[in-house]
Amino acid sequence: MAAVGRLLLIFGLIAAVYGFVASVYGARGGGPAWVDSGRRAMYSMAGMSAIAFVILDIAFLSSDFSYNIVATGSSTTTPTLYRMAAIWATQQGSLLLWVLLLSGWSSLALFLTRHKVREIVPYAQAVLFALAAFFAALIVFFANPFATSSTPPAEGAGLDPLLRHTTMMIHPPMLYSGYTLLMVPFAFAIGALVTGRLSAEWIQVTRRFALAAWLCLGIGVILGARWSYTELGWGGYWAWDPVENAALMPWLVATAYIHSIMIQEKRGMLKVWNASLILLTGTLAIVGDFLVRSGILSSIHAFVSDPTLNTAFVALIAVMVIGSVWLVIWRREALRTEAQLDTLFSREGVFLVQNLVLVALTAVIFWLTFFPLISEAITGTQVSVGPSAFRPFVVPLAIAVVALAGIGPIIPWRRMTPAKVRRTFAFPVLAAVVAAIALAFVSGVTNHLLAYAMFIFGTFVVATVAQEFFRGVRARQAMTSERAPVALVGLVRRNRRRYGGYLVHAGVAIALIGVAASTSFQHSRTANLLPGQSVHLDGYDIRYVKPTASATPQKISFGANLAISRNGKHIETLHTEYGLYPSQDPMHQIGRFFESGDGASAESRIGLDAGLTHDIWTVISPNIQPLQSTINRGDVVLGRAINKALTLPAAQRNQELSTLYQYRDVIIRALTQRYINHPWSTSFLLIVSPLVTWLWLGAILAVLGGLIALWPMPGAGRRRPRPRVVAPAPELKTEPASERVLV
Amino acid sequence: MQYVIVLIVLAVVVYTISAPLRAQRSAAGGPDPVAELEAARDAKYREIRDAELDVRTGKLSDEDYESLDTTLRTEAIEILNKLDQAREGEELPSAP
Repeated sequence: MAAVGRLLLIFGLIAAVYGFVASVYGARGGGPAWVDSGRRAMYSMAGMSAIAFVILDIAFLSSDFSYNIVATGSSTTTPTLYRMAAIWATQQGSLLLWVLLLSGWSSLALFLTRHKVREIVPYAQAVLFALAAFFAALIVFFANPFATSSTPPAEGAGLDPLLRHTTMMIHPPMLYSGYTLLMVPFAFAIGALVTGRLSAEWIQVTRRFALAAWLCLGIGVILGARWSYTELGWGGYWAWDPVENAALMPWLVATAYIHSIMIQEKRGMLKVWNASLILLTGTLAIVGDFLVRSGILSSIHAFVSDPTLNTAFVALIAVMVIGSVWLVIWRREALRTEAQLDTLFSREGVFLVQNLVLVALTAVIFWLTFFPLISEAITGTQVSVGPSAFRPFVVPLAIAVVALAGIGPIIPWRRMTPAKVRRTFAFPVLAAVVAAIALAFVSGVTNHLLAYAMFIFGTFVVATVAQEFFRGVRARQAMTSERAPVALVGLVRRNRRRYGGYLVHAGVAIALIGVAASTSFQHSRTANLLPGQSVHLDGYDIRYVKPTASATPQKISFGANLAISRNGKHIETLHTEYGLYPSQDPMHQIGRFFESGDGASAESRIGLDAGLTHDIWTVISPNIQPLQSTINRGDVVLGRAINKALTLPAAQRNQELSTLYQYRDVIIRALTQRYINHPWSTSFLLIVSPLVTWLWLGAILAVLGGLIALWPMPGAGRRRPRPRVVAPAPELKTEPASERVLV
Repeated sequence: MQYVIVLIVLAVVVYTISAPLRAQRSAAGGPDPVAELEAARDAKYREIRDAELDVRTGKLSDEDYESLDTTLRTEAIEILNKLDQAREGEELPSAP
C-alpha cells in the first residue's frame, strides 16, 4: 500500500496547486464556479491526506518494517497505543499530520464560509492552498513518509522511550491543530487586505477558528509541560527550551488578538493592529514548526536537522513576513480607525495595554530564544540562554498581564465613571489587600517580591471573576426568579464569550500563582543514599527503603522505594525507577541492555506525591558502575561464544544461539538481582514544590472556559431569516424576541 | 488491486472538483454589503447586550447606561437602515 499512499500525496499536491490556481483565477474574473471548484479541491486534499494517514498508521500498527519510518520509529515491542502515536514522532509522519490537519481545518473553514465574505474567500482559499501545497511538496519531494526498503529489518528501532507517555498521544496533534487552525484567520486576513474588505466581517467568520487555535495551542503547551514534569527527570515543567517557546509565542500573540478583535468588532478600531497581530501569529506558527523541524536551536523536542527543509522553511517565512508587511503598508489608508478611544480607563483601553504587554512579552521571548543564533552570527560563538535570562523580563510582564486580566472584566466598554470605580473595585481590591497582609505573615514570602506580587494580583483576578459571576447571577435572578444554580447556568449559556473568558482569566491567574510559588519556594537537593538512610527536606523525611529491579526483553529497570514522613508520621511510599531500553549493538550482547547516558534509550519514572499544597517529587539516578566489570566480562565471553556458534551448520547454529541467548537472559537477571541484594549508594534528586497542582488545575479551568467561549450560542445558527426593520430612532424594536432577555 | 483503489479515488476527486465547472452554478461572487452589514448589526446587538449586562452588574451608572444605550441603539438603527437599503438593492435586479 506504500505506492497508494505515495500516489495519494502526489494527487494531494496536484489538488493544492490546482486549488490555488482555480481560486486566484476565479477571483480575478474567472467566475465563482472556479472558486467553488477550488474549495472542493481542498475537500479532496483532506480526504486523500486522511486515507494516506490511515495507510501509514496501519503500517505502524502492523509493524510493517518495510516502511523506513516504521523501522526507525517503532518496534514490535512498542505498545499498540504508542505505535499509533509513533507516526508523528518522525519528521515525515508529522509533516503528513500537518498536511492532514491543515487541509482538514481549511476544508471546515471554507465549508462554513461558502456563503459568506464572498469577496475575501477566494484569496483566503488561495493562501490556504499555497500553505497546503508547501507542506505537501515537502512530503512528496523531500520527506516521503512512504519510502520503503526492499530488505526490511526483522525488528524496528522502537519509539524513543521518552515519548512513551500518555500526553504524547495528544500533545503533538494539539500543537499542530493550534498551528494549522491559526492559518485560517491568517489566510482570511490576507484575503481581507488584498480585497480591501476590512470591516469586522472577516474577523467574525474566523473568530471561532482563532479561539480554537488558541485553545489547542494552550492545551498542547500545558500537556508538554506536564510531560516535562513527569517524564524528563529534571524536576521542572518549563525550561524555556526553544521548541517550548515556539509554541508559547503564537499563543501569546493569539491571546492578544482574540482580545483586540473585540475592539474592532465593537468600535471599528485597531484594524491595523488586528491585521498585524494575526499576520504575526500565523508567521510565528510557521516559525514554531520550523524550530521543531530544523534543529537549528538545541532542543530535546526538535527533529534532526535537514538542510533542505530548513531552506524551504526560511523561504516560506521570508515570503510571509515580507508579504504581510507589504500588505499592511499598502492598505494603511483603508485600515484607518473608525472611532477614537474615549479614555484609557475603559475595557478597550485595558485591552490595548494588555495587547502591548503581551506583544512585549513575545518580543522578549523571541529575542532570547533566537539570541544563540544572533550571537553566533555576530561573534561566531553560540551563547546559550537559560531560564535565568528569561525571568527578569518575563516575570514582571506576566504580573502586568495578570493585573490587567483582573481589571479588564470589571470595567465597561467606552468609559467608566469614578462613582462606579469604588463599587466595582472594592471587593477585588479588598481581597488582594487581605491576601497581601496574610501572605506577609507567611515566612519568607516577602523575600520573593515578584512572587508576592503575583499572589496578590492573582487573588485580585480570582476575586474579580467571582464578583462578576455573583453579580451576574444576582441580576439574572432579579429578572427571572430562578434559583442560583439555574440562574448561573442560564447566565453562562446566554453570555458564553464573556463568562467563558472570565473562567480563562481565573484559570490563568491560578496557574501563574502555581508557577510563582513552585519556582520561588521550591526546595531541592540531590542525595546519595544507602537503603535505610534518610534525608530531611522542607519538613519532610525521605527514607530510601529498598532498591528494586526488573528485567524484561524490552526494558531493564532499576528503582527505589522511598518512604515520605513528616514529624514522624508516614505520609506516602513513592516508587521511582530508571528504565533502560536495549540498543541494537550486536557487539555487546549484555552491555547493550545497560547502556546509559547521552544517546541511550532511557527514561525516568518519577515518584510523585502531588497535593493541593505541595508536590513531593523524586527521581532515581541509579549507579550501575559496580556492575560494569561483570557486564564487560560477559560481553567478551558471550561475544566469543556467539561468534563461534555462527560458524556452525544452520540447524546446530540456531540451537546453540538459542541456548546462548537464554544464558544471556540468566546473566542479566542475575545482574539485576545483584543490584537488589548487594545495594550500593544511589543518587536521588528530591524536590518539594508548593502549589504545582495549582498550575494544572488553573490550566483545566482555563480550558473549560475556552470551551465555553468556543461553544456556539444557542440558536446562533437560526438567526435567519431576519425581521424586516422599520423603527424610529432612538427606540430599537427590532431585536429578535429571543434577544430581549439579555442577562 | 492497489492501482484500482487509486483510480477510484482519482475518479471521485476529479468528479468532485469539476462538478461546479460542469454545472456552472455557484453563488454569485463580488461584494456582499448585506453580509457586511449583518455582521455589523450582530456586533452592535452584542454591544447593546453587553451594556445592559454591565449596568445590571453595577459597572455602569444608570445615567451612563442611558446615554450609551441611546448612542448604541442609534448606531444600530443606522446599520439596520443601511441593511434595508442594501437588501432592496439586492432584490431590484431580480424584479420583473
